[in-house]
Amino acid sequence: MSYYGLVDGTEASLKKYLASLSGVDQVGADARAAMLATRSIKAASKRWAIDTAISMVDLTTLEGADTPGKVQALCSKAVRPDPTDSTVPSVGAVCVYNDMVGIARAHLDLIGGEHVGVAAVSTAFPSGRASMAVKIQDTQDAVDAGASEIDMVIDRGAFLSGRYIEVFDEIVKIREVCGDKAHLKVIFETGELVTYDNVRKASFLAMAAGADFIKTSTGKVAPAATAPVVLVMLEAVRDFYAMTKVQIGVKPAGGIRNTKDAIKQLVLVNETAGPEWLKPSLFRIGASALLNDLLMQRMKMDDGYYASPQYVTID
Amino acid sequence: MSNRIDVKKTYKLFINGAFPRTESGRTYEVKNAKGTFIANPCLASRKDLKDAVVAARAAQSGWNKASAYNKGQILYRIAEMLEGRRPQFVDEIITVTGVTKAKAEKEVTDAVDRLVWYAGWTDKISSLSGALNPVAGPYYNFTIPESMGVIAAIAPESPSLLGLIDAVTPIIVGGNTVIVLASTKAPLSAMSFAEVVATSDVPAGVINILTGKKDEIAPWMASHMDIDGLDISGLSSKAHGEIRIAGAENLKRIYTFKSADPGRILAFLEHKTVWHPIGN
Repeated sequence: MSYYGLVDGTEASLKKYLASLSGVDQVGADARAAMLATRSIKAASKRWAIDTAISMVDLTTLEGADTPGKVQALCSKAVRPDPTDSTVPSVGAVCVYNDMVGIARAHLDLIGGEHVGVAAVSTAFPSGRASMAVKIQDTQDAVDAGASEIDMVIDRGAFLSGRYIEVFDEIVKIREVCGDKAHLKVIFETGELVTYDNVRKASFLAMAAGADFIKTSTGKVAPAATAPVVLVMLEAVRDFYAMTKVQIGVKPAGGIRNTKDAIKQLVLVNETAGPEWLKPSLFRIGASALLNDLLMQRMKMDDGYYASPQYVTID
Repeated sequence: MSNRIDVKKTYKLFINGAFPRTESGRTYEVKNAKGTFIANPCLASRKDLKDAVVAARAAQSGWNKASAYNKGQILYRIAEMLEGRRPQFVDEIITVTGVTKAKAEKEVTDAVDRLVWYAGWTDKISSLSGALNPVAGPYYNFTIPESMGVIAAIAPESPSLLGLIDAVTPIIVGGNTVIVLASTKAPLSAMSFAEVVATSDVPAGVINILTGKKDEIAPWMASHMDIDGLDISGLSSKAHGEIRIAGAENLKRIYTFKSADPGRILAFLEHKTVWHPIGN
Protein backbone atom coordinates (compact mmCIF):
# COMPACT_ATOMS: atom_id res chain seq x y z
CA MET A 1 0.00 0.00 0.00
CA SER A 2 1.16 3.50 -0.76
CA TYR A 3 -0.39 5.42 2.16
CA TYR A 4 -0.74 8.42 -0.19
CA GLY A 5 3.06 8.56 -0.34
CA LEU A 6 3.13 10.03 3.16
CA VAL A 7 4.62 7.04 4.96
CA ASP A 8 6.10 3.75 3.79
CA GLY A 9 4.67 1.58 6.55
CA THR A 10 7.77 1.59 8.74
CA GLU A 11 7.80 2.97 12.26
CA ALA A 12 10.56 5.45 11.35
CA SER A 13 8.59 6.97 8.49
CA LEU A 14 5.42 7.19 10.61
CA LYS A 15 7.28 8.96 13.40
CA LYS A 16 8.78 11.40 10.92
CA TYR A 17 5.35 12.06 9.40
CA LEU A 18 3.68 12.67 12.77
CA ALA A 19 6.58 14.85 13.96
CA SER A 20 6.11 17.06 10.91
CA LEU A 21 2.62 18.08 12.06
CA SER A 22 2.14 21.53 13.53
CA GLY A 23 0.74 21.80 17.06
CA VAL A 24 -2.74 23.03 17.88
CA ASP A 25 -3.25 26.41 19.54
CA GLN A 26 -5.64 25.30 22.28
CA VAL A 27 -6.84 28.74 23.30
CA GLY A 28 -7.28 29.71 19.66
CA ALA A 29 -9.25 26.55 18.84
CA ASP A 30 -11.55 27.07 21.83
CA ALA A 31 -12.13 30.71 20.92
CA ARG A 32 -12.73 29.97 17.23
CA ALA A 33 -15.23 27.20 18.06
CA ALA A 34 -17.01 29.45 20.58
CA MET A 35 -17.18 32.28 18.06
CA LEU A 36 -18.66 30.07 15.35
CA ALA A 37 -21.24 28.79 17.84
CA THR A 38 -22.75 32.27 18.08
CA ARG A 39 -23.96 32.23 14.46
CA SER A 40 -27.73 32.45 14.25
CA ILE A 41 -29.32 30.36 11.52
CA LYS A 42 -32.95 31.24 10.79
CA ALA A 43 -35.88 30.68 8.41
CA ALA A 44 -35.04 29.11 5.03
CA SER A 45 -31.42 28.44 6.04
CA LYS A 46 -32.61 26.73 9.21
CA ARG A 47 -35.03 24.63 7.22
CA TRP A 48 -32.23 23.56 4.89
CA ALA A 49 -29.93 22.89 7.84
CA ILE A 50 -32.52 20.70 9.58
CA ASP A 51 -33.09 18.54 6.49
CA THR A 52 -29.36 18.34 5.82
CA ALA A 53 -28.71 17.35 9.43
CA ILE A 54 -31.41 14.66 9.27
CA SER A 55 -29.78 13.16 6.17
CA MET A 56 -26.44 13.12 8.02
CA VAL A 57 -27.63 11.36 11.16
CA ASP A 58 -26.22 7.93 11.92
CA LEU A 59 -29.19 6.77 13.96
CA THR A 60 -27.57 4.84 16.75
CA THR A 61 -28.49 2.25 19.32
CA LEU A 62 -25.57 0.75 21.20
CA GLU A 63 -27.07 -0.71 24.34
CA GLY A 64 -26.58 -4.01 26.03
CA ALA A 65 -30.38 -4.19 26.08
CA ASP A 66 -30.81 -3.92 22.29
CA THR A 67 -33.30 -6.41 20.88
CA PRO A 68 -34.13 -7.32 17.27
CA GLY A 69 -37.45 -5.53 17.74
CA LYS A 70 -35.80 -2.33 18.85
CA VAL A 71 -33.33 -2.43 15.95
CA GLN A 72 -36.15 -3.01 13.48
CA ALA A 73 -38.10 -0.09 14.90
CA LEU A 74 -34.98 2.05 14.61
CA CYS A 75 -34.59 1.00 10.96
CA SER A 76 -38.18 1.98 10.21
CA LYS A 77 -37.54 5.35 11.76
CA ALA A 78 -34.31 5.72 9.79
CA VAL A 79 -36.12 5.28 6.46
CA ARG A 80 -39.14 7.44 7.29
CA PRO A 81 -38.21 9.58 10.30
CA ASP A 82 -41.65 11.19 10.37
CA PRO A 83 -44.30 8.70 9.16
CA THR A 84 -46.79 11.54 8.67
CA ASP A 85 -44.52 13.56 6.39
CA SER A 86 -42.89 11.95 3.34
CA THR A 87 -40.79 15.06 2.62
CA VAL A 88 -38.52 14.28 5.57
CA PRO A 89 -35.34 12.67 4.18
CA SER A 90 -34.02 9.31 5.34
CA VAL A 91 -31.06 9.37 7.71
CA GLY A 92 -27.55 8.46 6.55
CA ALA A 93 -27.26 5.10 8.26
CA VAL A 94 -28.23 3.11 11.29
CA CYS A 95 -25.40 2.30 13.68
CA VAL A 96 -25.66 -0.92 15.68
CA TYR A 97 -23.59 -3.58 17.37
CA ASN A 98 -22.08 -6.32 15.28
CA ASP A 99 -24.69 -9.01 15.96
CA MET A 100 -27.56 -6.73 14.92
CA VAL A 101 -26.15 -5.94 11.47
CA GLY A 102 -27.94 -8.79 9.68
CA ILE A 103 -31.26 -7.96 11.32
CA ALA A 104 -30.91 -4.27 10.45
CA ARG A 105 -29.91 -4.90 6.82
CA ALA A 106 -32.74 -7.39 6.27
CA HIS A 107 -35.34 -5.06 7.76
CA LEU A 108 -34.10 -2.02 5.83
CA ASP A 109 -34.26 -3.98 2.55
CA LEU A 110 -37.73 -5.24 3.45
CA ILE A 111 -39.18 -1.76 3.95
CA GLY A 112 -37.57 -0.06 0.97
CA GLY A 113 -34.59 1.35 2.81
CA GLU A 114 -31.89 0.03 0.47
CA HIS A 115 -30.38 3.53 0.36
CA VAL A 116 -29.83 3.60 4.14
CA GLY A 117 -26.49 2.14 5.20
CA VAL A 118 -25.77 -0.10 8.16
CA ALA A 119 -22.80 0.88 10.28
CA ALA A 120 -21.35 -1.67 12.69
CA VAL A 121 -19.15 -0.76 15.62
CA SER A 122 -16.13 -2.98 15.59
CA THR A 123 -12.71 -3.95 17.01
CA ALA A 124 -13.93 -4.69 20.55
CA PHE A 125 -16.00 -1.51 20.80
CA PRO A 126 -16.03 0.59 22.96
CA SER A 127 -12.72 -0.13 24.76
CA GLY A 128 -10.71 -1.62 21.92
CA ARG A 129 -9.14 -4.07 24.33
CA ALA A 130 -8.82 -7.38 22.51
CA SER A 131 -6.28 -9.31 20.47
CA MET A 132 -5.78 -8.42 16.82
CA ALA A 133 -7.24 -11.77 15.75
CA VAL A 134 -10.45 -11.04 17.63
CA LYS A 135 -10.68 -7.54 16.18
CA ILE A 136 -10.24 -8.83 12.64
CA GLN A 137 -12.85 -11.54 13.15
CA ASP A 138 -15.20 -8.97 14.71
CA THR A 139 -14.92 -6.81 11.60
CA GLN A 140 -15.15 -9.76 9.21
CA ASP A 141 -18.42 -10.85 10.87
CA ALA A 142 -19.93 -7.40 10.40
CA VAL A 143 -18.86 -7.15 6.74
CA ASP A 144 -20.18 -10.64 6.02
CA ALA A 145 -23.51 -9.76 7.64
CA GLY A 146 -23.89 -6.84 5.26
CA ALA A 147 -22.44 -3.81 7.05
CA SER A 148 -21.64 -1.04 4.60
CA GLU A 149 -19.75 0.98 7.18
CA ILE A 150 -17.37 -0.13 9.92
CA ASP A 151 -16.86 2.13 12.95
CA MET A 152 -13.64 0.86 14.54
CA VAL A 153 -12.10 2.10 17.78
CA ILE A 154 -8.36 2.68 18.06
CA ASP A 155 -6.26 1.23 20.85
CA ARG A 156 -5.99 4.36 23.01
CA GLY A 157 -3.57 2.64 25.37
CA ALA A 158 -1.12 2.09 22.53
CA PHE A 159 -1.63 5.61 21.18
CA LEU A 160 -1.11 7.32 24.53
CA SER A 161 2.05 5.31 25.24
CA GLY A 162 3.52 6.36 21.91
CA ARG A 163 3.20 3.02 20.09
CA TYR A 164 1.77 4.77 17.06
CA ILE A 165 2.85 2.05 14.65
CA GLU A 166 0.58 -0.44 16.44
CA VAL A 167 -2.39 1.84 15.99
CA PHE A 168 -1.40 2.44 12.37
CA ASP A 169 -1.03 -1.27 11.57
CA GLU A 170 -4.35 -2.02 13.21
CA ILE A 171 -6.17 0.50 11.02
CA VAL A 172 -4.38 -0.84 7.92
CA LYS A 173 -5.42 -4.40 8.74
CA ILE A 174 -9.05 -3.48 9.41
CA ARG A 175 -9.04 -1.45 6.18
CA GLU A 176 -8.02 -4.62 4.34
CA VAL A 177 -10.88 -6.57 5.92
CA CYS A 178 -13.35 -3.87 4.83
CA GLY A 179 -12.05 -4.06 1.27
CA ASP A 180 -14.41 -2.35 -1.13
CA LYS A 181 -17.48 -3.62 0.73
CA ALA A 182 -17.45 -1.21 3.63
CA HIS A 183 -16.37 2.33 4.44
CA LEU A 184 -14.06 2.60 7.41
CA LYS A 185 -14.66 5.11 10.18
CA VAL A 186 -11.96 5.37 12.83
CA ILE A 187 -13.06 6.34 16.34
CA PHE A 188 -10.48 8.14 18.49
CA GLU A 189 -12.44 8.57 21.73
CA THR A 190 -11.16 12.13 21.97
CA GLY A 191 -12.28 12.37 25.60
CA GLU A 192 -9.45 9.91 26.40
CA LEU A 193 -6.82 11.50 24.14
CA VAL A 194 -6.69 14.52 26.47
CA THR A 195 -5.02 17.15 24.23
CA TYR A 196 -5.92 18.72 20.88
CA ASP A 197 -2.39 17.91 19.69
CA ASN A 198 -3.19 14.22 20.20
CA VAL A 199 -6.46 14.61 18.32
CA ARG A 200 -4.64 16.18 15.36
CA LYS A 201 -1.96 13.50 15.47
CA ALA A 202 -4.54 10.69 15.61
CA SER A 203 -6.43 12.28 12.71
CA PHE A 204 -3.41 12.33 10.41
CA LEU A 205 -2.36 8.87 11.50
CA ALA A 206 -5.79 7.41 10.73
CA MET A 207 -6.13 9.24 7.41
CA ALA A 208 -2.74 8.03 6.19
CA ALA A 209 -3.62 4.48 7.25
CA GLY A 210 -6.70 4.47 5.02
CA ALA A 211 -9.65 5.74 7.06
CA ASP A 212 -12.60 7.01 5.01
CA PHE A 213 -13.98 8.86 8.02
CA ILE A 214 -12.56 10.03 11.33
CA LYS A 215 -14.96 9.93 14.26
CA THR A 216 -14.72 11.64 17.63
CA SER A 217 -16.13 9.25 20.16
CA THR A 218 -17.91 6.09 21.09
CA GLY A 219 -20.64 7.94 22.96
CA LYS A 220 -19.65 6.02 26.10
CA VAL A 221 -17.15 8.58 27.41
CA ALA A 222 -17.68 12.25 28.27
CA PRO A 223 -16.61 14.76 27.02
CA ALA A 224 -17.41 13.53 23.53
CA ALA A 225 -17.93 15.64 20.41
CA THR A 226 -17.12 19.08 21.78
CA ALA A 227 -17.00 21.89 19.23
CA PRO A 228 -13.22 22.54 19.49
CA VAL A 229 -12.41 18.86 19.00
CA VAL A 230 -14.59 18.73 15.89
CA LEU A 231 -12.91 21.94 14.70
CA VAL A 232 -9.45 20.37 15.10
CA MET A 233 -10.55 17.28 13.17
CA LEU A 234 -12.12 19.37 10.39
CA GLU A 235 -8.90 21.36 10.09
CA ALA A 236 -7.05 18.05 9.85
CA VAL A 237 -9.21 16.81 6.93
CA ARG A 238 -8.87 20.21 5.25
CA ASP A 239 -5.07 20.12 5.55
CA PHE A 240 -4.97 16.48 4.48
CA TYR A 241 -6.99 17.41 1.38
CA ALA A 242 -4.46 20.13 0.57
CA MET A 243 -1.65 17.56 0.82
CA THR A 244 -3.25 14.64 -1.02
CA LYS A 245 -6.40 15.85 -2.84
CA VAL A 246 -8.32 13.14 -0.98
CA GLN A 247 -11.47 14.08 0.94
CA ILE A 248 -11.87 12.33 4.27
CA GLY A 249 -15.17 12.50 6.17
CA VAL A 250 -15.75 13.55 9.78
CA LYS A 251 -18.27 12.12 12.22
CA PRO A 252 -18.87 13.76 15.57
CA ALA A 253 -20.74 11.46 17.94
CA GLY A 254 -21.93 11.78 21.51
CA GLY A 255 -23.46 14.76 23.23
CA ILE A 256 -25.19 16.26 20.16
CA ARG A 257 -28.75 16.19 21.42
CA ASN A 258 -30.66 19.10 19.91
CA THR A 259 -31.11 21.01 16.71
CA LYS A 260 -29.04 23.93 17.93
CA ASP A 261 -26.05 21.64 18.58
CA ALA A 262 -26.45 20.01 15.16
CA ILE A 263 -26.62 23.36 13.35
CA LYS A 264 -23.50 24.49 15.21
CA GLN A 265 -21.75 21.43 13.81
CA LEU A 266 -22.86 22.34 10.27
CA VAL A 267 -21.53 25.87 10.72
CA LEU A 268 -18.19 24.41 11.85
CA VAL A 269 -18.04 22.23 8.74
CA ASN A 270 -18.92 25.07 6.38
CA GLU A 271 -16.41 27.46 7.90
CA THR A 272 -13.56 24.99 8.39
CA ALA A 273 -13.49 22.21 5.82
CA GLY A 274 -15.78 24.07 3.42
CA PRO A 275 -19.23 23.63 1.88
CA GLU A 276 -18.05 20.61 -0.17
CA TRP A 277 -18.07 18.68 3.10
CA LEU A 278 -21.75 19.44 3.77
CA LYS A 279 -23.08 16.14 2.50
CA PRO A 280 -23.75 12.75 4.10
CA SER A 281 -20.84 11.12 2.26
CA LEU A 282 -18.39 13.44 4.08
CA PHE A 283 -20.12 14.44 7.30
CA ARG A 284 -22.20 12.35 9.67
CA ILE A 285 -23.56 12.95 13.11
CA GLY A 286 -23.74 9.96 15.44
CA ALA A 287 -26.83 10.41 17.60
CA SER A 288 -30.02 8.91 18.92
CA ALA A 289 -32.02 11.61 20.73
CA LEU A 290 -31.07 14.30 18.20
CA LEU A 291 -33.40 13.03 15.47
CA ASN A 292 -36.52 13.64 17.56
CA ASP A 293 -35.50 17.22 18.26
CA LEU A 294 -34.79 17.83 14.57
CA LEU A 295 -38.24 16.46 13.74
CA MET A 296 -39.90 18.64 16.39
CA GLN A 297 -38.14 21.73 15.08
CA ARG A 298 -39.20 20.82 11.56
CA MET A 299 -42.83 20.44 12.70
CA LYS A 300 -42.58 23.82 14.39
CA MET A 301 -41.38 25.45 11.18
CA ASP A 302 -44.26 23.87 9.24
CA ASP A 303 -47.05 24.44 11.77
CA GLY A 304 -45.91 27.71 13.31
CA TYR A 305 -46.17 26.48 16.88
CA TYR A 306 -43.98 24.44 19.19
CA ALA A 307 -44.32 20.68 18.99
CA SER A 308 -44.62 18.19 21.83
CA PRO A 309 -42.40 15.15 22.38
CA GLN A 310 -45.65 13.18 22.54
CA TYR A 311 -45.86 13.45 18.74
CA VAL A 312 -42.56 11.68 17.99
CA THR A 313 -41.51 8.14 18.84
CA ILE A 314 -39.67 7.47 22.08
CA ASP A 315 -36.79 5.49 20.56
CA MET B 1 -26.71 63.33 53.17
CA SER B 2 -25.96 59.83 51.96
CA ASN B 3 -23.08 59.13 49.58
CA ARG B 4 -24.36 55.70 48.69
CA ILE B 5 -25.27 54.93 45.12
CA ASP B 6 -28.71 53.36 44.72
CA VAL B 7 -28.60 49.58 44.37
CA LYS B 8 -31.43 48.98 41.96
CA LYS B 9 -32.90 45.59 41.25
CA THR B 10 -32.92 44.10 37.75
CA TYR B 11 -36.25 42.39 37.22
CA LYS B 12 -35.63 39.22 35.23
CA LEU B 13 -37.60 36.11 34.33
CA PHE B 14 -37.80 32.94 36.42
CA ILE B 15 -37.23 29.80 34.35
CA ASN B 16 -36.03 26.40 35.57
CA GLY B 17 -35.07 27.73 39.00
CA ALA B 18 -32.81 30.42 37.53
CA PHE B 19 -33.26 34.11 36.76
CA PRO B 20 -32.37 34.63 33.08
CA ARG B 21 -32.95 37.83 31.13
CA THR B 22 -35.26 37.36 28.17
CA GLU B 23 -33.31 35.89 25.24
CA SER B 24 -34.89 38.59 23.06
CA GLY B 25 -33.26 41.39 25.03
CA ARG B 26 -36.58 43.26 25.07
CA THR B 27 -37.87 45.20 28.05
CA TYR B 28 -40.81 47.50 28.77
CA GLU B 29 -41.41 50.31 31.20
CA VAL B 30 -43.44 49.96 34.35
CA LYS B 31 -44.88 53.17 35.74
CA ASN B 32 -46.88 53.91 38.84
CA ALA B 33 -50.38 55.38 38.91
CA LYS B 34 -48.95 58.90 38.57
CA GLY B 35 -46.85 58.00 35.54
CA THR B 36 -43.48 57.95 37.29
CA PHE B 37 -40.98 55.40 35.91
CA ILE B 38 -40.33 52.49 38.26
CA ALA B 39 -38.56 49.61 36.48
CA ASN B 40 -37.71 47.88 33.19
CA PRO B 41 -38.91 44.29 33.47
CA CYS B 42 -38.36 41.73 30.68
CA LEU B 43 -40.73 41.48 27.75
CA ALA B 44 -40.70 37.70 27.40
CA SER B 45 -40.51 36.21 23.90
CA ARG B 46 -41.87 33.02 22.39
CA LYS B 47 -38.50 31.36 22.92
CA ASP B 48 -38.59 32.22 26.62
CA LEU B 49 -41.97 30.50 26.77
CA LYS B 50 -40.54 27.50 24.94
CA ASP B 51 -37.62 27.30 27.39
CA ALA B 52 -40.05 27.49 30.30
CA VAL B 53 -42.15 24.66 28.82
CA VAL B 54 -39.08 22.47 28.37
CA ALA B 55 -38.14 23.11 32.02
CA ALA B 56 -41.69 22.51 33.25
CA ARG B 57 -41.97 19.27 31.27
CA ALA B 58 -38.67 17.98 32.63
CA ALA B 59 -39.69 18.82 36.20
CA GLN B 60 -43.19 17.37 35.98
CA SER B 61 -42.64 13.68 36.65
CA GLY B 62 -40.44 14.39 39.67
CA TRP B 63 -42.93 16.85 41.18
CA ASN B 64 -45.80 14.48 40.45
CA LYS B 65 -43.99 11.67 42.27
CA ALA B 66 -43.35 13.77 45.39
CA SER B 67 -45.70 12.64 48.15
CA ALA B 68 -48.73 14.79 48.95
CA TYR B 69 -47.18 15.35 52.37
CA ASN B 70 -43.96 16.64 50.80
CA LYS B 71 -45.83 18.89 48.36
CA GLY B 72 -47.77 20.34 51.28
CA GLN B 73 -44.56 21.01 53.20
CA ILE B 74 -43.05 22.82 50.24
CA LEU B 75 -46.16 24.98 49.69
CA TYR B 76 -46.17 25.81 53.38
CA ARG B 77 -42.50 26.70 53.07
CA ILE B 78 -43.38 29.22 50.34
CA ALA B 79 -45.84 30.80 52.79
CA GLU B 80 -43.12 30.95 55.48
CA MET B 81 -40.67 32.67 53.12
CA LEU B 82 -43.32 35.13 51.94
CA GLU B 83 -44.22 35.98 55.51
CA GLY B 84 -40.58 36.72 56.25
CA ARG B 85 -40.33 39.22 53.40
CA ARG B 86 -43.65 40.94 54.07
CA PRO B 87 -42.29 44.55 54.16
CA GLN B 88 -40.71 44.22 50.71
CA PHE B 89 -43.96 43.03 49.15
CA VAL B 90 -45.98 45.73 50.89
CA ASP B 91 -43.54 48.35 49.58
CA GLU B 92 -43.65 47.04 46.03
CA ILE B 93 -47.43 46.92 45.93
CA ILE B 94 -47.66 50.50 47.21
CA THR B 95 -44.98 51.74 44.78
CA VAL B 96 -46.68 50.34 41.70
CA THR B 97 -50.38 50.62 42.47
CA GLY B 98 -50.40 53.56 44.91
CA VAL B 99 -52.82 51.83 47.31
CA THR B 100 -52.81 52.60 51.03
CA LYS B 101 -50.47 50.76 53.35
CA ALA B 102 -53.38 49.00 55.04
CA LYS B 103 -54.67 47.72 51.72
CA ALA B 104 -51.24 46.50 50.63
CA GLU B 105 -50.72 44.73 53.95
CA LYS B 106 -54.06 43.02 53.61
CA GLU B 107 -53.13 41.73 50.17
CA VAL B 108 -49.87 40.23 51.46
CA THR B 109 -51.64 38.70 54.47
CA ASP B 110 -54.27 37.19 52.19
CA ALA B 111 -51.54 35.86 49.91
CA VAL B 112 -49.75 34.10 52.78
CA ASP B 113 -53.02 32.71 54.14
CA ARG B 114 -54.05 31.51 50.68
CA LEU B 115 -50.76 29.61 50.32
CA VAL B 116 -51.30 27.90 53.66
CA TRP B 117 -54.83 27.03 52.62
CA TYR B 118 -53.65 25.47 49.34
CA ALA B 119 -50.85 23.64 51.19
CA GLY B 120 -53.53 21.91 53.25
CA TRP B 121 -55.27 20.63 50.15
CA THR B 122 -52.35 18.54 48.86
CA ASP B 123 -53.19 15.49 50.98
CA LYS B 124 -56.97 15.96 50.94
CA ILE B 125 -57.84 16.52 47.32
CA SER B 126 -57.70 12.85 46.33
CA SER B 127 -60.01 11.90 49.20
CA LEU B 128 -62.41 14.66 48.20
CA SER B 129 -62.64 13.81 44.51
CA GLY B 130 -61.57 10.16 44.45
CA ALA B 131 -64.02 7.33 45.07
CA LEU B 132 -64.39 3.64 45.72
CA ASN B 133 -67.09 2.72 43.22
CA PRO B 134 -69.52 -0.16 43.73
CA VAL B 135 -69.37 -2.46 40.71
CA ALA B 136 -71.24 -5.66 39.80
CA GLY B 137 -68.31 -8.03 39.97
CA PRO B 138 -65.48 -9.23 42.19
CA TYR B 139 -63.44 -6.03 41.84
CA TYR B 140 -62.37 -3.03 43.78
CA ASN B 141 -63.02 -0.07 41.53
CA PHE B 142 -61.17 3.13 42.39
CA THR B 143 -61.33 6.55 40.83
CA ILE B 144 -58.35 8.73 41.63
CA PRO B 145 -57.26 12.16 40.43
CA GLU B 146 -53.96 12.44 38.57
CA SER B 147 -51.99 15.42 37.32
CA MET B 148 -52.52 16.61 33.77
CA GLY B 149 -48.92 17.69 33.04
CA VAL B 150 -47.69 21.15 32.12
CA ILE B 151 -50.21 23.95 32.68
CA ALA B 152 -49.90 27.60 31.70
CA ALA B 153 -51.73 30.44 33.40
CA ILE B 154 -52.31 34.12 32.86
CA ALA B 155 -52.44 35.98 36.16
CA PRO B 156 -54.89 38.88 36.53
CA GLU B 157 -53.70 42.49 36.35
CA SER B 158 -54.75 43.01 39.95
CA PRO B 159 -54.38 42.09 42.72
CA SER B 160 -50.90 41.44 41.38
CA LEU B 161 -49.58 39.23 44.19
CA LEU B 162 -52.72 37.46 45.39
CA GLY B 163 -53.86 36.96 41.78
CA LEU B 164 -50.53 35.36 40.90
CA ILE B 165 -50.71 33.00 43.86
CA ASP B 166 -54.25 32.00 42.92
CA ALA B 167 -53.06 31.29 39.39
CA VAL B 168 -49.96 29.27 40.34
CA THR B 169 -50.77 27.33 43.48
CA PRO B 170 -53.91 25.34 42.61
CA ILE B 171 -52.14 24.07 39.50
CA ILE B 172 -49.15 22.66 41.37
CA VAL B 173 -51.13 21.24 44.31
CA GLY B 174 -52.04 18.14 42.27
CA GLY B 175 -48.63 17.52 40.72
CA ASN B 176 -48.72 19.72 37.61
CA THR B 177 -45.96 22.16 36.77
CA VAL B 178 -46.76 25.71 35.73
CA ILE B 179 -45.69 28.59 33.52
CA VAL B 180 -47.41 31.80 34.59
CA LEU B 181 -47.51 35.19 32.91
CA ALA B 182 -47.50 37.85 35.64
CA SER B 183 -49.52 41.05 35.71
CA THR B 184 -48.21 43.33 32.95
CA LYS B 185 -48.74 46.61 34.78
CA ALA B 186 -47.58 45.40 38.19
CA PRO B 187 -44.97 42.64 37.69
CA LEU B 188 -42.69 43.63 40.58
CA SER B 189 -44.27 41.47 43.24
CA ALA B 190 -44.35 38.53 40.81
CA MET B 191 -40.61 38.69 40.29
CA SER B 192 -39.99 39.09 44.01
CA PHE B 193 -42.29 36.11 44.52
CA ALA B 194 -39.93 34.19 42.21
CA GLU B 195 -37.16 34.85 44.74
CA VAL B 196 -39.41 33.43 47.44
CA VAL B 197 -40.05 30.33 45.32
CA ALA B 198 -36.33 29.94 44.65
CA THR B 199 -35.64 29.72 48.40
CA SER B 200 -38.55 27.43 49.29
CA ASP B 201 -37.30 23.98 48.16
CA VAL B 202 -39.58 24.11 45.12
CA PRO B 203 -37.74 21.94 42.57
CA ALA B 204 -36.40 23.87 39.55
CA GLY B 205 -38.92 24.06 36.72
CA VAL B 206 -42.05 23.43 38.81
CA ILE B 207 -42.93 27.16 38.87
CA ASN B 208 -41.80 29.35 35.97
CA ILE B 209 -42.71 33.05 35.87
CA LEU B 210 -42.67 35.28 32.79
CA THR B 211 -43.37 38.99 32.44
CA GLY B 212 -44.62 40.54 29.23
CA LYS B 213 -47.65 41.28 27.10
CA LYS B 214 -50.77 39.14 27.41
CA ASP B 215 -51.91 39.57 23.80
CA GLU B 216 -48.47 38.37 22.64
CA ILE B 217 -47.94 35.41 24.94
CA ALA B 218 -51.48 34.03 25.41
CA PRO B 219 -51.82 32.82 21.78
CA TRP B 220 -48.38 31.18 22.00
CA MET B 221 -49.44 29.43 25.18
CA ALA B 222 -52.67 28.26 23.53
CA SER B 223 -51.03 26.85 20.39
CA HIS B 224 -48.02 25.23 22.11
CA MET B 225 -48.46 21.47 21.68
CA ASP B 226 -46.68 20.59 24.90
CA ILE B 227 -48.87 22.62 27.28
CA ASP B 228 -51.79 20.50 28.50
CA GLY B 229 -54.01 23.12 30.07
CA LEU B 230 -54.45 26.86 30.29
CA ASP B 231 -55.98 29.17 32.88
CA ILE B 232 -57.05 32.38 31.14
CA SER B 233 -58.68 34.02 34.16
CA GLY B 234 -56.34 37.00 33.75
CA LEU B 235 -57.26 37.60 30.13
CA SER B 236 -60.01 40.00 29.05
CA SER B 237 -63.08 38.09 27.91
CA LYS B 238 -62.83 39.67 24.46
CA ALA B 239 -59.72 37.58 23.76
CA HIS B 240 -61.17 34.27 25.03
CA GLY B 241 -62.63 33.17 21.68
CA GLU B 242 -59.36 33.50 19.81
CA ILE B 243 -57.47 31.65 22.56
CA ARG B 244 -59.99 28.80 22.63
CA ILE B 245 -59.67 28.38 18.86
CA ALA B 246 -55.86 28.33 19.05
CA GLY B 247 -56.06 25.71 21.82
CA ALA B 248 -58.53 23.49 19.98
CA GLU B 249 -55.90 22.01 17.66
CA ASN B 250 -54.11 20.36 20.58
CA LEU B 251 -57.23 19.62 22.69
CA LYS B 252 -56.00 21.89 25.46
CA ARG B 253 -58.21 22.30 28.53
CA ILE B 254 -58.86 26.01 28.83
CA TYR B 255 -60.63 27.40 31.89
CA THR B 256 -61.41 30.62 33.69
CA PHE B 257 -61.97 30.92 37.42
CA LYS B 258 -63.67 33.50 39.62
CA SER B 259 -62.59 32.43 43.08
CA ALA B 260 -60.22 30.23 45.04
CA ASP B 261 -61.93 26.93 45.74
CA PRO B 262 -61.10 23.22 45.42
CA GLY B 263 -62.66 23.23 41.95
CA ARG B 264 -59.73 25.28 40.81
CA ILE B 265 -57.37 22.47 41.85
CA LEU B 266 -59.58 19.78 40.29
CA ALA B 267 -59.85 21.59 36.96
CA PHE B 268 -56.31 20.55 36.06
CA LEU B 269 -56.53 16.99 37.34
CA GLU B 270 -57.70 13.98 35.33
CA HIS B 271 -59.56 11.10 36.93
CA LYS B 272 -58.31 7.61 36.40
CA THR B 273 -60.39 4.56 37.20
CA VAL B 274 -58.63 1.37 38.24
CA TRP B 275 -60.14 -2.10 38.45
CA HIS B 276 -58.48 -4.40 40.94
CA PRO B 277 -59.54 -8.02 41.45
CA ILE B 278 -60.69 -8.99 44.93
CA GLY B 279 -58.93 -12.15 46.12
CA ASN B 280 -61.29 -15.02 47.20
